Parts: sequence; structure tokens; C-alpha cells
Amino acid sequence: MSARDIFKDGLWSNNVVFAQLLALCPTLAVTTSGTNGLGMGLASTAVLVVSNILVALIRNFVSPQVRIPVFVVLIATLVTLVDLALNAWLHDLYKVLGLFIALIVVNCAILGRAESFASKSPVFDAALDGIAMGLGFTLALVAIGLVRELLGSGTLFAQASLLLGPSFAFLETTVIANFTGALMMILPPGGFLVLGLLLAGKRVLDARLEARRPASADISATSVEAA
Amino acid sequence: MSTLIDTWRDKLAYQGISLGIVAMLAATALVAGNRLTHDAILKAEADDLAASLAQVLPAGGNDNDLLNDTVKVGAGETAGVASVTVYRARKAGVMTGVVFQMAQRGYAADIVVLMGVDMEGRLLGARVIKHAETPGLGDKIEIAKAKWILDFNGKSLTDPPPEKWGVKKDGGVFDQFAGATITPRAVVKAVKDGLEFFAAHREEILK
Repeated sequence: MSARDIFKDGLWSNNVVFAQLLALCPTLAVTTSGTNGLGMGLASTAVLVVSNILVALIRNFVSPQVRIPVFVVLIATLVTLVDLALNAWLHDLYKVLGLFIALIVVNCAILGRAESFASKSPVFDAALDGIAMGLGFTLALVAIGLVRELLGSGTLFAQASLLLGPSFAFLETTVIANFTGALMMILPPGGFLVLGLLLAGKRVLDARLEARRPASADISATSVEAA
Repeated sequence: MSTLIDTWRDKLAYQGISLGIVAMLAATALVAGNRLTHDAILKAEADDLAASLAQVLPAGGNDNDLLNDTVKVGAGETAGVASVTVYRARKAGVMTGVVFQMAQRGYAADIVVLMGVDMEGRLLGARVIKHAETPGLGDKIEIAKAKWILDFNGKSLTDPPPEKWGVKKDGGVFDQFAGATITPRAVVKAVKDGLEFFAAHREEILK
């Protein structure tokens, strides 16, 4: 697989949330705001990249019969170490991300990538796949988080400076001041609604792209597509 | 080398041994990680506690090490816990105030309030340090979301009078939030309980 395919897969066509429908538990739980989605996405990406690299490194030594327990132990150990390290040396960040770190253990997307990609691929490809899938996951979480936050509290990226540092305060936007909002969007039902609507939106978009393809497929072989 | 592994890999013993090795390596990594971070985590948590204690005390109000000047006081039935750890603030050896935690059942779970009280039983400051209230409704009790909690500053058991210690809906003096009465009601009760706890155990605390 080329790097381009890996990224296309991770970000869009095989997106963890929008295409594989994996990791929905952390997705629905933390996307009450764009900032939360971003934090969870980045933390998961870091774990995913390291776990993919380790799994690819040991893939020839692990026999198929015991691969699942090996991967599970590996991922759980990794997450615990990340949790300890953040708590010790990046305590302020830990106070913001603390909840998310523990949730990464139950993120089945990480085991999913270890099993379906990293255990069959060279280390470099596995690392790329970790980055691509992680960014795709982050993208999905931020998208859901921003929609829920906008409808529920009328802000975008509120408290981003707590997560990313004071220099990112410019991200914090109040779209509608003193907006009490549709509270339901921040509560769990809102998560299901927004996820469902975004899923439907992606399908419509994919169907349109698919419908356009046959017409352009012939010329794409000879000339560069304008689109 | 890879052919050697290929012939071994299908043997039953290989699976058990490889699992064992992975578990051993994981355990080693976890022990090493725990050792490396243990002191740093304790220090970070102590710093954290010191920082939140400082929030409910006036700046410069004490010059002692709060974390090491504590007394455990039996709380009876007031807080639903066996004992309350009271941190004592002293300036030049004279006690200027105390800090302790009170918990009260909120809408979703216990709301934990950290409060500083001066020697006359007046509230120096209060902060909600743990809660699970509804985001957007009940979370205005956090100082990061709203200034509501500052309304308690300077209040005591006689100011406002006992019957006014409640949210406005109950005839008290404290604001409730639109759509959330249970949460502020719980915080008001926690703070009042705290002041009563201090009044009831003043001698023990000052000892």
C-alpha cells in the first residue's frame, strides 16, 4: 500500500468512526465540545502510532494462536505507561486529559488496527497507518464535538487554551453570546443524533462522488483531472 | 533465523513461553514506569492540593506548610464520613484560618466542596473540586464556568441568618441556575454543613 492510500483510508474511506464505526464508546462520551474531541483524538493517535510500531516489530515472533492476548497486554501496558508519565511530568495536561487516557484502553480501534494492519505490515507502513487512522479519528471527534458544542452551548473550541496552552486561545470562539442552547446536544442523545447525521452526510457525499466517477474514469488515464 | 522461528512457532510450548515472555516484559515495564514516576506523581498531587488550598485562603494569610499542619476531626453524622482532615493556616504561629472538604449529594453524584473558614467562622472562600453535574446546567458551580461560588465569600452562620441559608427558590439568598436547582441547593447545604462543622468542633481544631 502506498502512503497516499494509507492516508486516504485513514482520513476518509476507512475512517475509524465514520466508516468502520469503531470506538463509538469514547466517541459519544467525550465529544461534548471540540476541545474534548481534539484532546481525546490526539491522545489516541499517540497510543495508536506506538502500538502499531510495536506490533509490527514483533509480528514475526508472535504465533497466530496467541496474538490477541499479546496485543491486548501490549496496548494496556502502553496506555498505563502514558497515563503514569503524563501524571508525573505533564500534570496540568493530565488534569485535562486524565479521563480520556483511561478511556483509550477500551478503544477497540487500537486493537483493530493492530490485528488488521500492523500485524501484517512492515514497521514504516504500520507507523503511517497509525498516524493516518489517528488523525482520521481526531477529525471525526472534532467534527462531532464542534457540531454538538455549537448547538449546545453556542461556542467553538471553548477552553482550548487549557488543553493546548495559552497561545491557542485564539481558537476559542463564542458564536452566540449567552446562548443556553439545546442542552440535549451536549447530553448523550445529542451524540447519537449528530453522529447519525454526520454518517448520513458522509454516505450522501460518497454516493455523489461514486456517481461522478464513471464519466471521468476514461479521461483520467490520459489527462490530469481538473478536480 | 526466520525459518528457525517458523518451525518453532507452531509448537504448543512456543505459544505459552512467548505469552509468558510478553507478560514478563510488560510487568517489568510497568514496575519500572511506576518507580520512575512515583515521586513525581506524589509531588504533583501535593502541589495540586496546595494550589487548591491556596485558592480558598486570602493571599499572604499564612506562612506555614499547610500540608503538614493537619488535624483529623471526627465529624459525626454531618458529612457522612468518619473524619475530616482539617488543614490549619498559621501566620507567625497564630492560627488564621482552616481549610477542609465537605461533600453533599448533588444531582448526579457527590459534590465535593473545599472551603476555607476564618477564626470567627466566616467563610474565606469555597471551591467545588469534584462533581459530576450536568454540563451546561449544573456546572456553573465551577469557578472556571461562573463566578457564582464567590457569592459565599464572607458569609457565616449568622450572615445570612439560618433561615436564609438556601437558594432563592427556597426563600434563601443564593441564586439558583435556570433549569438546575438541585445542584446549587446541594452546594449551599455543603457550605452550611461546613460552617456548622467548624462551629461544633472549634475547640478540637484549635487544639
